[in-house]
Amino acid sequence: MSKNNNQLSTPSSTLPKTPTGIQGLDEITGGGLPTGRPTLVSGSAGSGKTMLAMEFLVRGATQFDEPGVFMMFEENAAELTANVRSLGFDLDRLVSEKKIVLDYVHIERSEIEETGEYDLEGLFIRLGYAIDTIGAKRVVLDTVEALFAGLPNHAILRAELRRLFRWLKDRGMTAIITGEKGDAAVTRFGLEEYVADCVIILDQRITEQISTRRLRVVKYRGSVHGTNEYPFLIGERGLSVLPITSLQLNHEASAQRLSTGVARLDDMLGGKGVFRGSSVLVSGSPGTGKSSLGATFIDAACRRGERALLFAYEESPAQILRNMCSVGIDLEQWIKQGLLQIHSSRPTLRGLEQHLVMMHDTVRDFQPTVIVVDPISNLSFERNEAEVKPTLMRLIDFLKQQQITTLFTSLTAGGATPEDSQVGVSSLMDTWLLLRNVEFNGERNRTIYVLKSRGMAHSNQVREFILSDAGIDLVDVYLGVDRVLTGTARLAQESRERAAAELRRQDHERKLRQLASKQKAIEAQIALLQAEAEAEAAEVNFAIAQEVLQEKTTQQNTSTMAQLRDGVKTGNNRIKGTL
Amino acid sequence: MKKTSPTEAEALEAATAAHANARYVLKLYITGTTPSSTRAIVNIRKICEEHLLGRYELEIVDIFQHPTLAEGEQIIAAPTLIKKLPLPLRRFIGDMSQTERILLGLDLRKVDDKPSALA
Repeated sequence: MSKNNNQLSTPSSTLPKTPTGIQGLDEITGGGLPTGRPTLVSGSAGSGKTMLAMEFLVRGATQFDEPGVFMMFEENAAELTANVRSLGFDLDRLVSEKKIVLDYVHIERSEIEETGEYDLEGLFIRLGYAIDTIGAKRVVLDTVEALFAGLPNHAILRAELRRLFRWLKDRGMTAIITGEKGDAAVTRFGLEEYVADCVIILDQRITEQISTRRLRVVKYRGSVHGTNEYPFLIGERGLSVLPITSLQLNHEASAQRLSTGVARLDDMLGGKGVFRGSSVLVSGSPGTGKSSLGATFIDAACRRGERALLFAYEESPAQILRNMCSVGIDLEQWIKQGLLQIHSSRPTLRGLEQHLVMMHDTVRDFQPTVIVVDPISNLSFERNEAEVKPTLMRLIDFLKQQQITTLFTSLTAGGATPEDSQVGVSSLMDTWLLLRNVEFNGERNRTIYVLKSRGMAHSNQVREFILSDAGIDLVDVYLGVDRVLTGTARLAQESRERAAAELRRQDHERKLRQLASKQKAIEAQIALLQAEAEAEAAEVNFAIAQEVLQEKTTQQNTSTMAQLRDGVKTGNNRIKGTL
Repeated sequence: MKKTSPTEAEALEAATAAHANARYVLKLYITGTTPSSTRAIVNIRKICEEHLLGRYELEIVDIFQHPTLAEGEQIIAAPTLIKKLPLPLRRFIGDMSQTERILLGLDLRKVDDKPSALA
């Protein structure tokens, strides 16, 4: 409701508006109904006119401090009180607190005889009196057309109704006048002639055996308004109109990251998992492990102590608990601790809109931080995709605004391209994980990859998705010549790689050994050559020394011989003479 | 819808049988001194004096003065005359100018004198 108040505070300089407090209606009308003027709400029987009018009054009395008068012509006060109690409105209390006056105007055609001129002053007095007693600001006349059945003189009646609407305007009453839908005109008795400021048409349609209520603002004098048909619902908390495009995209973006419960998957998502408050789509064909991934996501949230909500459209809670045990996820403990609620139903049981309102209510009651919808594709069961998308958009927006992280699984029909048939919601999703079955080598294996993930670096790799009794794990896949290898093919490839590595290692060792021995051989050769060189050098030195010695000896001999020869010829004289 | 229960039906028959000398209880709801209100008072008084002399009770209520009575008696048009007794309850709306209709409605039609003073 604070949103409505915000919208009010933004001054719509042209026309003052009175908020209805009805979810979505104030957004379509840009703030509510025209203040101090009558609004005509027309629709066929059972289209929700009375509920809309009643909620307008009750919200006015309880939220906007504007008391109201409800003048009814078709059902009496007791009936009405009982009827709206189902919406959680306690009329008895509001009446006793003097916030609402209920006045039942009953006309029995058979009792009435016209005898000359009259006016409807009695009605005016009653209404005026009721307004004065509680200081009413809002008035509802439901359905004033019943007077046409009760009073034969329509000329007088029309003149009096014209006067009545004028009178309401003069008194500054924001009024809702309901009318039965006519065949050609907006209302059966042409009330739109008198109430021309704002006209809203309600409609109930049945397509594929599912009824949908719709609301359209046909006319809003002096104000812009949404002109589309909007689905609306009557839920446990009153009406909610589902405006499609009027919701502002102003939800906060948290920088906080949440683990998906699978460490390797977190790694693929920038190492930290998904953003809080973001929406995650997990799509895949049957049996790819979507539900298990959802359960893991819930399990991780509950482990952190957060509350999680699971909407299951295919399995009963007991079945889910049993099945998830087989992959090592014990969800029952979280239910016992009050951290998890599982809502299993068939969405086709009620209309889609009805279902979404139920989801809204549950979310508001339980206040979870994590929601898993399994699978979202069931919501579109036998429904026109164009209808489903806006409602889902609304749901996703709502959850984002509540900062709830959501994981939707989506079943891809066999044969269809995995990228399409996502109920057209993929553009609304922040993260999209694709699960695929890869059939190769006589077996089927699951793979996972991140198709997109806004605002974070994410892996472009395909990983194999393994479900075991210990939960989910992701392993790298191998790229073969023409395809990725998974399962036993991957195992074979792995062992091949291991063998090759071993072989390479041995090869290296051998090469190193060879090198070492070669080095040794060379070293030996070097030593040999060195020894040779040394030997040679020694020989050369020896020879040189020998030659030197020989020469010395020769010289000595020569001189000795010369002395000797000299001594023989002259004896000692010779020696003297030479001196 | 007000359904007539068997006992009520019997009471009704008895009342009809006894209507010739039944006592009439009439209430006229008017809105102040509007022309139709004053005309209605004049007209109904005249009818009562002419046809119900001595066996009628006529109460005139101004709903301007007593707005709560309007709700209690389910008054929407003004003026409204309610025949409370004898049963069945009947309502006449208008300025009571169409005497024939009123006489018919009050089950006094058998009195076959043509009223000369038809307003």
